Amino acid sequence: MINWKVILNIARTHLLTKMKSTVTASLGVTFGIGAYITLVSFMTGLNEMLDSLILNQTPHIHIYNEIEPSEKQPIALYQEFEDALNVVRSVKPKQSQKKIHNGLPILNYLKKDKKVYGATPQLRAQIFYLSGSIELGGNLVGVDILEEARLSNIGDYIVEGTAQDLKNSENGILLGAGLAKKMSLKEGDRVQVSTIKGDVFPLKIVGIYQSGIADIDNIQSYANLKTVQRILGEAQNYITDINIKLYDINEATTMAKSLGKQFQVKATSINEANAQFETGSNIRNLITYAVSITLLIVAGFGIYNILNMLIYEKMKDIAILKATGFSGIDVQLIFMSQAMIIGALGGILGLVVGFVLSRLIDNVAFVTEALPTITTYPINYNIWYYVIGFSFALISTFVAGWLPSNKARRIDPVRIIRGT
Amino acid sequence: MEFVLETKNINKYFEKPVEFHVLKDISFGIKKGEFASIMGKSGSGKSTLLYILSTMDTDYTGELYLNNELITGQNHNKLSQIRNYNIGFVFQFHYLLSEFSVLENVMLPAKKMAEKSLAEIEHDAMEKLRMLDIEKLAHQRASRISGGEKQRVAIARALINNPAILMGDEPTGNLDSHNSENVFSIFKRLKEEEGLSLLIVTHDDDFAKRTDRIIQMEDGRILD
Repeated sequence: MINWKVILNIARTHLLTKMKSTVTASLGVTFGIGAYITLVSFMTGLNEMLDSLILNQTPHIHIYNEIEPSEKQPIALYQEFEDALNVVRSVKPKQSQKKIHNGLPILNYLKKDKKVYGATPQLRAQIFYLSGSIELGGNLVGVDILEEARLSNIGDYIVEGTAQDLKNSENGILLGAGLAKKMSLKEGDRVQVSTIKGDVFPLKIVGIYQSGIADIDNIQSYANLKTVQRILGEAQNYITDINIKLYDINEATTMAKSLGKQFQVKATSINEANAQFETGSNIRNLITYAVSITLLIVAGFGIYNILNMLIYEKMKDIAILKATGFSGIDVQLIFMSQAMIIGALGGILGLVVGFVLSRLIDNVAFVTEALPTITTYPINYNIWYYVIGFSFALISTFVAGWLPSNKARRIDPVRIIRGT
Repeated sequence: MEFVLETKNINKYFEKPVEFHVLKDISFGIKKGEFASIMGKSGSGKSTLLYILSTMDTDYTGELYLNNELITGQNHNKLSQIRNYNIGFVFQFHYLLSEFSVLENVMLPAKKMAEKSLAEIEHDAMEKLRMLDIEKLAHQRASRISGGEKQRVAIARALINNPAILMGDEPTGNLDSHNSENVFSIFKRLKEEEGLSLLIVTHDDDFAKRTDRIIQMEDGRILD
């Protein structure tokens, strides 16, 4: 029969009278857990930021028309040459359009699909930006800007002007930040663009776009889909790309395959497009786990040490308790409950310390040219880190308390009383 | 007359540092209400015997009976319970829990037994302290009182569960003559007024002579 009231009362008295050891032991837990929370929040925050930098600019599925040679050259269709060895030199790409055939019906079909969060049409055009006698090569992407802003975080990267400004303007352009700098242009100015065929169009700069990736900002600009279609002299069904965002990113690969077959187009999923990127982010996660496990283990050893000392100091008490009728289990429970109280107190305090440190880091300014939307260091406030941290505080104090308290349970009171 | 405590052929060996036969065929009994003392030189095995009798040491051969019930071979939990219910123990070095108050020290074994309400236990503990004339110390920390007082507190603690027998391992060994006398008269009074059985290991001739019976030990045997 276990009398919890008596056991907890003894544990409490021990803890309160040895305030210094109690506080030291709890602080050991606190620092371990606090450091774990801070580090994990900070590192995963950074990881997520880097991930989103790439991932948010990549659609889950990208549909376009690849310019490539026919898989079967015409000669293969001739029955007379069936058994012959046919060699075709200087194979040319198949004559086809850049636009997606039946683009608008495909778009409508996708928008009705339940797995699809959204699909946007794009028209990518090769153009030249004219600045006096200088011609800068680049892209102009015609988009449905409001839909684009809903599906991706393009809105975050418009550093001057807004997506709505572009929507409202017939011949507006969101100029890439690198281009704007090169040509000394700013919002409200006009820029002339020329198509490959040589037609020149004046466009009004309604905003500046800065993705943080210099290679993009130096060549790419955005305009309304209709504007680009007009510049190219194409009809309203002329689109070259469809970007799809799914509800579940994990379905991207299989869906990309089936779409490619169904519509005879090239469809690539985000996983194919960013394979090496995923490896990098996996390794970063691995490092995060390794560091946090190390931290937690170090904290665990600290707890073990202090509890061990606490129990050695109390040897005489153990003998008295046993002599007056407390069983080994009672004695073990007395020390285990001390360990668990230390673990719980230190753990809770550790969560608070971790949260406060995270908040501090979250408020430290972090300004970089490459990331226009980031103003402070990123922190990932994931409730799970707090749950894991607190569970570990309890588990490690349990283990750290178990070993010495088990010794206390077994110890022979006669040996202590005799002083041998 | 009935025995409260009885041993049959108890033998014990120490194995370290060399094998040594400490107790040789110990058979004797303590009657109900008897005040017995064990005397003997250092190393004669008297403390070792007492630890076996108190059930704390289980590494022996032979049989030990308490209230005619065989104790030998019981598991540790059962033995703790037996100690808690039936045996009061007083050590040479007072051995109080220094962080607790005097009253809490006395109450602890009764709280462990958990057969009475807290109020009853506290009342009993105050009763025992009053009997030993130290009730004014009840709320002092155990580490703040004098040696003689500590020993009286330890006696009060040993008595709190109204044990069948009270054992002492040189309870006066560390006290001056005045306090020794005090402790002896307490024991005497307990025997006469409460009919308590007592078994005290002692070095003190004067103390032993005034008990009902002296058990002399030499080289692990009882001399008659």
